[in-house]
Amino acid sequence: MSQNMLWNSTASMANLRRRAEIIASIRAFFASRNILEVDTPVMSNAAVSDPYIDTIECRYQPLVGGEVETKYLQSSPEYAMKRLLASGSGAIYQISKAFRNGEVGRRHNPEFSMLEWYRPGFDHRQLMNEVAELLLPLLGIAESNQYSYAQVFDTYLGIDPHTASIAELQAIAAEHIDSDFQDNNRDNWLNLLMSHVIEPQLADEGAVFVYDYPASQAALAKVSQDVQGRAVAERFELFVQGVELANGYHELTDAAEQARRFSEDNRQRGAENLPQRPTDDLLVAALEQGMPSCAGVAVGIDRLIMQAIGANDIADVIAFPFPRA
Amino acid sequence: MANYSTNQFKNGLKVMLDGDPCSMVDVEFVKPGKGQAFTRVKMKNLMSGRTWERTFKSGESVEGADVMDTDMEYLYSDGEMWHFMDPKSYEQVAADKTAIGDAHLWLKEQDACQVTLFNGNPISVTPPNFVELEVVETDPGLKGDTAQGGSKPATLQSGAVVRVPLFIERGEMLKIDTRTGEYVSRA
Repeated sequence: MSQNMLWNSTASMANLRRRAEIIASIRAFFASRNILEVDTPVMSNAAVSDPYIDTIECRYQPLVGGEVETKYLQSSPEYAMKRLLASGSGAIYQISKAFRNGEVGRRHNPEFSMLEWYRPGFDHRQLMNEVAELLLPLLGIAESNQYSYAQVFDTYLGIDPHTASIAELQAIAAEHIDSDFQDNNRDNWLNLLMSHVIEPQLADEGAVFVYDYPASQAALAKVSQDVQGRAVAERFELFVQGVELANGYHELTDAAEQARRFSEDNRQRGAENLPQRPTDDLLVAALEQGMPSCAGVAVGIDRLIMQAIGANDIADVIAFPFPRA
Repeated sequence: MANYSTNQFKNGLKVMLDGDPCSMVDVEFVKPGKGQAFTRVKMKNLMSGRTWERTFKSGESVEGADVMDTDMEYLYSDGEMWHFMDPKSYEQVAADKTAIGDAHLWLKEQDACQVTLFNGNPISVTPPNFVELEVVETDPGLKGDTAQGGSKPATLQSGAVVRVPLFIERGEMLKIDTRTGEYVSRA
């Protein structure tokens, strides 16, 4: 298609109106619960540590034409919002743009809209219930189910994701998926099975919360022991019609553990030849000073709207997707 | 031939997989929130026609396939092979039974077809979407029945048998949709 054919919106005006209504309902929900709307920087000195989330770098010049400083577009407002919590904000939410390098597809746009909120005093289970209270009415879904990560792996694949070896995971993957790559990272096999085999089957269940992820996938969540004594991350995800919509944690508040995870993430980045970027010392400093025990969650707004409308492509719910930006 | 990395994958890209040339029919980027990205591709094996789904890890690369779609003129069949000519270079190629597939049902001499070449050899033939072929055999037409009512089989000059309205007579030229194998109209 020629360049001058790309000027118009890919989303219909009806979809954009529905989008505005949904965002207005979200704001009304938080206002009714006295949760403060906040606004944190999109451009930051530090970058996200997750090995598989790539930050978009940008060039800031203190003097135009002068020396360039590297800044990073936020992949989520998480770190900054936690610094607000440590500053004494109380419950907060934010609707903002987030940026991720290389993520383009039917359900991905490198620049996307994210809703994130934090509830001091909540754990991940209480927050799952609040996520359901906000999102299910917007999706026209009456109720949701909650399963542990171990339960869904047992139900759909008959294995224990906490103890299965890489060889076992690889063998199960080979039964369901045609591929020929090798990988010596357990979590990559678990993620492959989750995204290719389990998620499509969760579609039949409507809204499903999966909680208690393997401790190796804790990211910024607390790790505890489940009833069987296995180390699990106090983390959950919400899948609607098999699409991942939200990711929440009972948040890690331990500064030393946070610093350890940052350097572990960087070690893994090094091992996989991924770029090393400055981690957020200000978050670690905030945790040292003291962040209230809380639970927090991020929701992909564009995907939420896709699900609410029944759209099949993210381009149907955002005015100008990446190729037209 | 060049190698293509997952970030270069797109619909229509032709690559070598397990020794056969394949075409990408649908490319989807899949990424678990905190996990590594995958690219899930619906592939069509151009030799067997079989379609299946294959998953690549982000950054994997595959070898491109030397596959070319060429417009050619159908010349004749010697019973075993079907012969085509490039109208510009006058170069000729011959397709065997596997390569020709069902396309032989719709071929008329001198019609333009799309011939897919792999390393210079034909691996598949796509006839034009619509062809005009003569009826060589059918039951006699029924008088007065011009609009609706049943259908009957008719054998065309290419050997194909299609369902046609009852009023069609032997010797008539018909327009056929080769994608569905259905009668469209009198030509």
